[in-house]
Amino acid sequence: MKVAVLKGGSSLERPVSLRSGARVEDALARLGHDIVAIDVGPDFVDRLVAERPDVAFVALHGRGGEDGTVQELLELVGVPYTASRPSACFRCMDKVVAKHALRDAGIPTPDFYAFSQAAFEDLGAGRALPAIEERLDFPLVVKPAAQGSALGIKFARTAADVPSALVAAFSYDTKVMFERYVPGRDLAVAVLDGPEGPEALPVVEAIPTEEDFYDFEARYEIGRTRFVCPAELPPEVTLRAQELALATWRALGCSGFARVDLLAEGDELTVIEANAIPGLTDTSLVPLAAEAAGIPFDAFVARVLDLAVARAPA
Amino acid sequence: MGTQRTSAHEIERYGGLFARRTRGMTSSAMRDMMAVTARPEVISLATGLPDTTTFPAEDFAALMSRVAVDSSAAALQYGPTDGLEDVRRCIVEVMAAEGAAVETDDLMVTTGGQQVIDLVCRAFLDPGDVVVAEAPTYPGAVPCFTSYQADVVQVEMDGAGMRIDVLRTTLDRLRAEGRKPKFIYTIPNFQNPGGVTMSLERRRELVRIAAEHEIVVLEDNPYGLLRYEGEPLPTLLSLDGGRYVVYAGTFSKILSAGLRIGWAAAPRPILEKLNLGKQAADLCSSPLNQYFVVAYFAHRDWRAYLSTLRAIYRRRRDTMLAALDEFLPPEASWTRPEGGLFIWARLPDYIDTSDLLARALREHVAFVPGRAAYLDGRGGSEMRLNFSGVGEDEIREGVRRIGKVVSEQVALYGTLTGAKPAAPRDARASASPRTADEPQGRVLPLRRREAS
Repeated sequence: MKVAVLKGGSSLERPVSLRSGARVEDALARLGHDIVAIDVGPDFVDRLVAERPDVAFVALHGRGGEDGTVQELLELVGVPYTASRPSACFRCMDKVVAKHALRDAGIPTPDFYAFSQAAFEDLGAGRALPAIEERLDFPLVVKPAAQGSALGIKFARTAADVPSALVAAFSYDTKVMFERYVPGRDLAVAVLDGPEGPEALPVVEAIPTEEDFYDFEARYEIGRTRFVCPAELPPEVTLRAQELALATWRALGCSGFARVDLLAEGDELTVIEANAIPGLTDTSLVPLAAEAAGIPFDAFVARVLDLAVARAPA
Repeated sequence: MGTQRTSAHEIERYGGLFARRTRGMTSSAMRDMMAVTARPEVISLATGLPDTTTFPAEDFAALMSRVAVDSSAAALQYGPTDGLEDVRRCIVEVMAAEGAAVETDDLMVTTGGQQVIDLVCRAFLDPGDVVVAEAPTYPGAVPCFTSYQADVVQVEMDGAGMRIDVLRTTLDRLRAEGRKPKFIYTIPNFQNPGGVTMSLERRRELVRIAAEHEIVVLEDNPYGLLRYEGEPLPTLLSLDGGRYVVYAGTFSKILSAGLRIGWAAAPRPILEKLNLGKQAADLCSSPLNQYFVVAYFAHRDWRAYLSTLRAIYRRRRDTMLAALDEFLPPEASWTRPEGGLFIWARLPDYIDTSDLLARALREHVAFVPGRAAYLDGRGGSEMRLNFSGVGEDEIREGVRRIGKVVSEQVALYGTLTGAKPAAPRDARASASPRTADEPQGRVLPLRRREAS
């Protein structure tokens, strides 16, 4: 098959995407496919129309590639593609939309309040800050709504930290969220679709080796975070994490594969977010979980590709 | 690697093999963001790139042909570790223009000025040894220091360069702790990134302190000949008389950065150690490129090209200063360099320039966030702006976009806290006249900011 690997783009996660893409290309080559690598830019639609690939493997992360924009174009041009459709991408990318969907579906997620920059500028939302601080308590987490990695995530330890944390978060998006801080273990559950429906892969735990926060740097840097898979958890907690991941998958309408991030405070689990196109680099969690499930990377890529081909464009 | 099966497990296994010194070298978030700054649609004020578009292509072609005809076999061969004698004669000429009298035996050719920093670290540092540097310091020296596991102590600057009073206190404090720095790293002229120049008095004091304490000074002087106003000041090397100063020079800013040819001038016992280090690092710097330098000095007027560059950069600096005045809100301040390639700007404490870069990139403009120039978490509200790498129109447009996002954040902070915007700059300038300690204008002091 002629497979277009979509990678790069201009999001802040471009380098990670290039690494994911390169790894996918290697796997596709081993699988005997004909590969067209496309660094997504202004000539994207032209290239897609000119190349007419049988299917596109989306290895983009962050704005543009993971938020439904590219998926919408693929639908329009009529090229089947991997992973989630535009609506699910959009829901996953916007943490606020995602958390509302989770809450509506009865899936536990830390309490939150979201505001647009306009709410502060035009509606005096600043007046509501003390109420939020009281309800969520300190420390609280301030996050940009749509930033794929941990960039822009700030901790406010006291009320005095809040304004600068907001200014920082608004650097990444025009909408930000206050979230209750949950101390606990970082878990990730990859979900992979298949003929018998989606299955949750073994749970991965990310253990930071030095920083006090599982940050953007640690996530991609060898030696900064230790990944354990399967995570050492009581069986019922593992099961619960996998159930929550599948419930999240359904609530957000994901397809192909996705990664759901959770926090474990003792045995209490909460869902933080879902990633519609998680990293596929050699240090990423999804390939690690797949391997732990007995699915080598090439088989993972082959399965994701088959699912895409089987799914007719909407 | 492409055809091998790699997995996170295997990568983790390598993780245990990497040396501890590689730990301090990682800044992937910054690297990732910097990768985006290199996109064609971005106006990058983040580089340190000299302008190479004005170097005549026909000169390049002619000189390279001459090298091919005259020195083919030698140019394609390994060369001596300390460099070709002929190149060292060119360096003597450049050093004379800097006001420093050296002989070819005092010199060693290196692979860019950057290699001098590496070789000095290699020769002097054991893990945990103290290096004193300016605050902020050259971001490109940071990975060098950390890879040799140096304990870097940064000394604040003001408009007259490194604060010698702070240096003295620092040395006293270190002595009380039973520690002594191996060397003091400084860029006395148009410092990268601070844009400030060390005053003559401080140069004298620094050299005196170095002798008193028997500490080496690494004088990094890539920009000395790029002076756009004011009188040149003597190098530390010449003030010291060749006892404690290791001098790093380069052809990168006066001829070509792509040649990767620089040099060290140092006392001979030190040169010998640097030479041993260089043998380990790369045996010799490219003879082909060294022959190019020799041909260039023999057949072209390097001073004329330098004055062309100076004229270009002076205009770009003036364009940037005017744009900063026009577009940055009064809460911001910046240095006014007399030469070099960089301006250092400071924003209010509540703005984090690493985050601001993400916002700026959405406007397709980039700068270097201040933290890159510190090893201790300072610099969060500062930024480095380069004015040599892009043309005047782009400089103006780039600064306009930065001004837009900074103003936006200042206004947002005001909305959140009720803080009033600062008075217009003109009113403030008349209210606080320049002090003797701030000979270069409104900028500095590059004051201490709590690490966050």
